[in-house]
Amino acid sequence: MRANTWAGRNSVEVRDVPDPKILNAQDAILKISSTAICGSDLHLYDGYIPTVMNGDILGHEFMGEVVELGPEVANLRVGDRVVVPFPIACGRCWSCQQGLFSVCENSNPNGWLQEKLYGFPTGGVFGYSHLTGGYPGGQAEYARVPFADVGPLKVPDGMTDDQVLFLSDVLPTAWMAAEMCDIRPGDTVAVWGAGPIGLYAVVSAYLRGAERVIAIDRFAYRLRMAREHARAETINYEEQDVSETLKAMTGGRGPDACIDAVGMEAHSPRVDYAYDRVKQAMKLETDRPSALREAITNCRNGGVVSIVGVYGGFVDKFPIGSVMNRSLTIRAGQCHVHRYMQPLLERIQNGDIDPTFVITHRLPLEEAPAGYEMFKNKQDECVKVVLSA
Amino acid sequence: MASGRTVARGLVSFSLSLGLLQVPPPNRFSTWIGVPPRSDRRAGVRAVGARELGAAAGLLAQPRPVWMWSRVAGDAMDLALLARAARSGDTRRDRVGGAIAGVAAITAVDVLGTVLVTREAAKNGSGSRSGEEAGRLTGDKSARLVTAAVTVNRPREEVYAFWRDFTRLPQFMLHLEEVRELDAEGRRSHWKANAPGGATVEWDAELIEDRPNERISWRSLEGADVTNAGTVRFEDAPGGRGTRVHVDLEYSAPGGAFGTIVARLAGEEPRQQTWDDLRRFKQVLEIGEIVRSEGTIGERRIRQRPAQPVGDDA
Repeated sequence: MRANTWAGRNSVEVRDVPDPKILNAQDAILKISSTAICGSDLHLYDGYIPTVMNGDILGHEFMGEVVELGPEVANLRVGDRVVVPFPIACGRCWSCQQGLFSVCENSNPNGWLQEKLYGFPTGGVFGYSHLTGGYPGGQAEYARVPFADVGPLKVPDGMTDDQVLFLSDVLPTAWMAAEMCDIRPGDTVAVWGAGPIGLYAVVSAYLRGAERVIAIDRFAYRLRMAREHARAETINYEEQDVSETLKAMTGGRGPDACIDAVGMEAHSPRVDYAYDRVKQAMKLETDRPSALREAITNCRNGGVVSIVGVYGGFVDKFPIGSVMNRSLTIRAGQCHVHRYMQPLLERIQNGDIDPTFVITHRLPLEEAPAGYEMFKNKQDECVKVVLSA
Repeated sequence: MASGRTVARGLVSFSLSLGLLQVPPPNRFSTWIGVPPRSDRRAGVRAVGARELGAAAGLLAQPRPVWMWSRVAGDAMDLALLARAARSGDTRRDRVGGAIAGVAAITAVDVLGTVLVTREAAKNGSGSRSGEEAGRLTGDKSARLVTAAVTVNRPREEVYAFWRDFTRLPQFMLHLEEVRELDAEGRRSHWKANAPGGATVEWDAELIEDRPNERISWRSLEGADVTNAGTVRFEDAPGGRGTRVHVDLEYSAPGGAFGTIVARLAGEEPRQQTWDDLRRFKQVLEIGEIVRSEGTIGERRIRQRPAQPVGDDA
């Protein structure tokens, strides 16, 4: 089959690879119909996530049709159309039973490796380095899906790929970001990053009862999308001072909750950005946390900082004094997608959310490399690229 | 009396200073010990300096017997080199003699330190357990101890029963090739395991304790390739969170401490192996099989294959 593979820093290649085979009794093989490039795929593309190998198939947002099943899969039939959550979860361990699917205790065969870096391992993830298991991703014609009874969600008849594809990652991730904010009536939520997750976080924060939601980015076209499709108020951090503006907008108090939908490759006009850039280039810190620092220092006293932007390892100049002395709560996590798929599917069906507005580009799988380049460089007002296999 | 650790710490400083003298400008150092710098000698002096620095770094990281022994070996090498230098025509005998005396003195300190560190290490075992516990099962006071634990989200009876059937251990213990029962009650069994370098080791074991749903202990019998013993304890995790499994393994590596070092160099780490085995044990009980990803096929840990499907040949 054909698959989009990592070929070194700033390089992906669509190559011929063997077709997937059933490896575990609870596997399913999907013929992929749609798959997307995620902002977090750019961290792999840019070479900031360790343990990616030349030849690794990328992609963790995908859906398709079941073409083969392992002997122990009970809930699916060949021919079913399903969308797949990006974390691989067994459903039987204590963490899964608590709803903490992305930290499944059994799904990461390279847990020993991750333990060295993080203290304890997380679960497996499709197409996201060998730290999260060395599983091939879904930017391919076919993919093997472990624990097929636990993850995949059957797509109701009549719904299009575009409507349900983002249940695999970005929509639930944004929803969880808003959920972690514990929004109460009258709350103002600020969202750093107006990419697909930031945009959906604005939508989610309103649906969860926020009074005002403010989106912060530097690309005018993304901020326009946030205003037009998600009712956000916006700050362009290259034109406005974020702290001053947020204070002015919130009567000097600061947002009640701040969402970091940016992660490890933040940009900023502030001086700490140059500092992080140099340290990251010298491999003295893995992540550039300028958005996170800003989310912390701008949050109101006693507020919540919700982190869904991806961080890989270690950051420097972390404003822990601001967190501790001002009674902030930090909540974070790779999304426990399995928890949110069904309720969000219902919100799509009843019209609360129309996830299709973020799609700006469609390409055949063969053109994945062009898609990465365009998405990375924000060419042609790119927000979300969907690949069809 | 000085502890091994104190001596080791002193030797770190000494090695660092000496190494730093030898590595960047070796000429002055050579002259000082009465060996005129020659181009063919320079590399040798540098190498000896690098070795000093290596020993310092090793001791600094972990004052283990192996690093101390490496110092004693280095001393022997230095004495041999100096003896050769003394016989060479262009060296100053008085200075070389002084250097030999100096190295001999350091050798004495190294031997003392090595004996102390080795003795302390033997007393403490290789893990964090107390000396009294080492050899509790094997009777060998210098046996190595490995402990590991895992929580399995299954009832205690089921977890115990799975382990009690030793023939199933190779399902999750990667280095076990086969366990065969030698009697109907499963009290005696024959074990076959893979050792570093493609060798296999075998032994007969007997069950020495079997408290249903609580504890199982076994030990190898006379004539084992590797004398070993183990205890596994089962207890309820609080709040109905499954079963805690604690494993204590004790083994005398073939070739003693040296064998252990060789095994480590060959990529065998008993502590890591035991934790990984328990992770697989949990997988087998919780989900019925060991989870595989394309990148980890063949159970290659350090050298993974790319995360793409395996071909028919794999």
